[in-house]
Amino acid sequence: MAYVAIADRDHEIEHHDPQTFITKYIWSQDHKVIAIQYGLTAIFVGLVALCLSVMMRLQLGFPDSFSFITPESYYQFVTMHGMIMVIYLLTALFLGGFGNYLIPLMCGSRDMVFPYMNMLSYWVYLLSVIILLASFFVPGGSTGAGWTLYPPQAIAEGTPGVDWGIVLMLVSLAVFIVAFTMGGLNYVTTVLQARCRGMTLMRMPLSVWGIFMATILGLLAFPALLVSAIMMLLDKTLMTSFFMPQMISGGEQLGHTGGSPILFQHLFWFFGHPEVYIVALPAFGIVSDLLATHARKNIFGYRMMVWAILAIGGLSFIVWAHHMYVSGMNPYFGFFFATTTLIIAVPTALKVYNWVLTLWQGNIHLRVPMLFAIGFIFTFIHGGLTGIFLGNVVVDLPLSDTYFVVAHFHMVMGVSPVLVVFGAIYHWWPKITGRMYSERLGRWHFWLTFLGTYSIYLPMHYLGFLGVPRRYFAMGDTEFMPQSAHDLNTAITISAIIVALTQILFFINVIWSLKYGKKADPNPWGATTLEWQTPDTPPKHGNWGHELPEVHRWAYDYSVPGQDQDFVPQTVPASEVPVGRQHGVKHE
Amino acid sequence: MSASGEVLPEGTKGVVQDFASDKQAFHVPWGKAMMWIFLLSDTFIFSCFLVSYMTVRISTADPWPVVSDVFALSFGGDPIPLILIAIMTFVLITSSGTMAMAVNMGYRKDRKKTFWLMVATAALGATFVGMQAFEWTKLIVDEGVRPWGNPMGAAQFGSSFFMITGFHGLHVSAGVIYLLVVAFRVKNGFYEKRGGNYEIVEIAGLYWHFVDLVWVFIFAFFYLW
Repeated sequence: MAYVAIADRDHEIEHHDPQTFITKYIWSQDHKVIAIQYGLTAIFVGLVALCLSVMMRLQLGFPDSFSFITPESYYQFVTMHGMIMVIYLLTALFLGGFGNYLIPLMCGSRDMVFPYMNMLSYWVYLLSVIILLASFFVPGGSTGAGWTLYPPQAIAEGTPGVDWGIVLMLVSLAVFIVAFTMGGLNYVTTVLQARCRGMTLMRMPLSVWGIFMATILGLLAFPALLVSAIMMLLDKTLMTSFFMPQMISGGEQLGHTGGSPILFQHLFWFFGHPEVYIVALPAFGIVSDLLATHARKNIFGYRMMVWAILAIGGLSFIVWAHHMYVSGMNPYFGFFFATTTLIIAVPTALKVYNWVLTLWQGNIHLRVPMLFAIGFIFTFIHGGLTGIFLGNVVVDLPLSDTYFVVAHFHMVMGVSPVLVVFGAIYHWWPKITGRMYSERLGRWHFWLTFLGTYSIYLPMHYLGFLGVPRRYFAMGDTEFMPQSAHDLNTAITISAIIVALTQILFFINVIWSLKYGKKADPNPWGATTLEWQTPDTPPKHGNWGHELPEVHRWAYDYSVPGQDQDFVPQTVPASEVPVGRQHGVKHE
Repeated sequence: MSASGEVLPEGTKGVVQDFASDKQAFHVPWGKAMMWIFLLSDTFIFSCFLVSYMTVRISTADPWPVVSDVFALSFGGDPIPLILIAIMTFVLITSSGTMAMAVNMGYRKDRKKTFWLMVATAALGATFVGMQAFEWTKLIVDEGVRPWGNPMGAAQFGSSFFMITGFHGLHVSAGVIYLLVVAFRVKNGFYEKRGGNYEIVEIAGLYWHFVDLVWVFIFAFFYLW
């Protein structure tokens, strides 16, 4: 019996173009529009979080100079900055934004498998963002518990925002998880079930692999956050004692009894560590495609890259307690989690080698996306190496809760993914908008951002070695901190302000491009992947016109010897350009 | 690449290639694949709930109430331990049976029988939720159990009980609504217009069986421990 794939069945091929402005751009079920909605919302909250970080830096660089920054508001800035950047910006932008835009286009599908649910996903995400931002305006302001929200302090009297802020934060997280689940189920099912003819898993571009695996991690890790959010909400509102031990606060015995604060840490980091890779894996995937395209060379070790993504994803679930070395645990557990943590370095290093080897002898075009991609390799190696320090129990103990940790995770999951986000926006900009951006502005944007972030985070490692603690409102006069360290703090603040202002260049570029940008070629970079072969630029609803594309080769046929052009799109049949042995599938 | 393929044992590569092949990894409808993945995610939610319950049960310093006494019901004579839970579990497991029959009838395109079996499943589910409401009322009103404390022992008993059975009860209630929607669509011929495909009955069934399975774990860990 011949099995007809669902994508080819008649009623799936019929699609109805949206007619009105509202169905086209607002209540849209088109994955590309939803992607842009996700992207704009995420970038908007990201800007809010950027402003918060500048406020923090102002206090740290120029202590007690600004009357509007109180110790309470400082903790609120720290908390909201962290939570927004990790979840509402990076997770939403990589999966909701790039995932939505790229998966159907790169897999050769017409849309996500359940477009209506995909649309709901965005609106529920928007709701979670609104709830989150509302917490700035409730009595007592947003929560100041730190982005990890550790109990008991997160819901104990004395923490800023303990009345309303923490409640809104937890509700917002739960709503976000609902939104993510609706989107995530779509992304995974689309990759598994709705690829076009010839698009085997081992021919998928690495961007799709990275986003796919990150989504699976999200679907399995967010439950732990959901459960901990529900339990903390109950502890707060119904006075249950899941996380709250018996304690005395302000001379009064609180009503709680016998809960386990460590339980929260385990649940939080069971989510929190995979979350690092939810942000990193899409970046890994996308950067692989940027490097291959702009170096005009196939990605080195494609299969290894795929298996490394899967291995990292799997390992990320058994390393969580390396965030809890100072919380105290059985030494054997510390040994176990240190070992698994260091094992993750193996597939990760493999990927880094492969990126570098992809560049080796490539025909490198230093366009803006490529600059960001190469910048990512630097920052990621940097952050990865400090991660090896912190993964060891004995090294982590003195460095824990210092600026070394701040420097580490900002390098590895702050700056690195953000560089990829910018690289990816520049790379796909011509396809998304149909216009070219300004190369010159883009270069300025890159160099100021790249060097600027280095000048922020490199000195922080040194501050960490001195023992300067993170999350402190003011350092005051201490013996271990020389005057030079205080000066360094001021310098870091100045860099941070410069980097923040630099982002204006990006928005100028966006507006300039939309208004005056040159009309883009359908495939300006000479890329092989399917999204560049669409009949229309930007692609229309349904993506492919009447017929779905057919894939004959992997995504990395760059500079194939004996060809007129230095790339062979995935849609070119084997009869025109033979599919070589290295192209993924051996028995062709 | 071939290098990594050759180190794998004979046949492994074929398995990978088959799975990775054209278009679809699983030859099932999109909705079914999605339901599988959703249930996997939901499994993690319930696992986290149950692990947390076990942790707080260990961490609390107060004694845990004797569950066979708390969940006992008297019909005039001596209280019978766990009798209500036994009936509830029986009802829910029975509903899995009627659901399985509904799936079978769905594939036979017997719309009438499918409809009635699904309605029966939903009715059993609603009965379960009703009995759960009775159980909650008894605990709250008669025995004075509250989320923040109870007269019998550790406060975590009430909080875990209401949270976990409440979350499961919400799943059952959502399932009842879901089953009824599908059942009436089967009856109205909604799926006839879409090529007479009744896989949706099985997809709803997957969810229903999952909810039943979760109950078995809650039953074992909460009532029998």
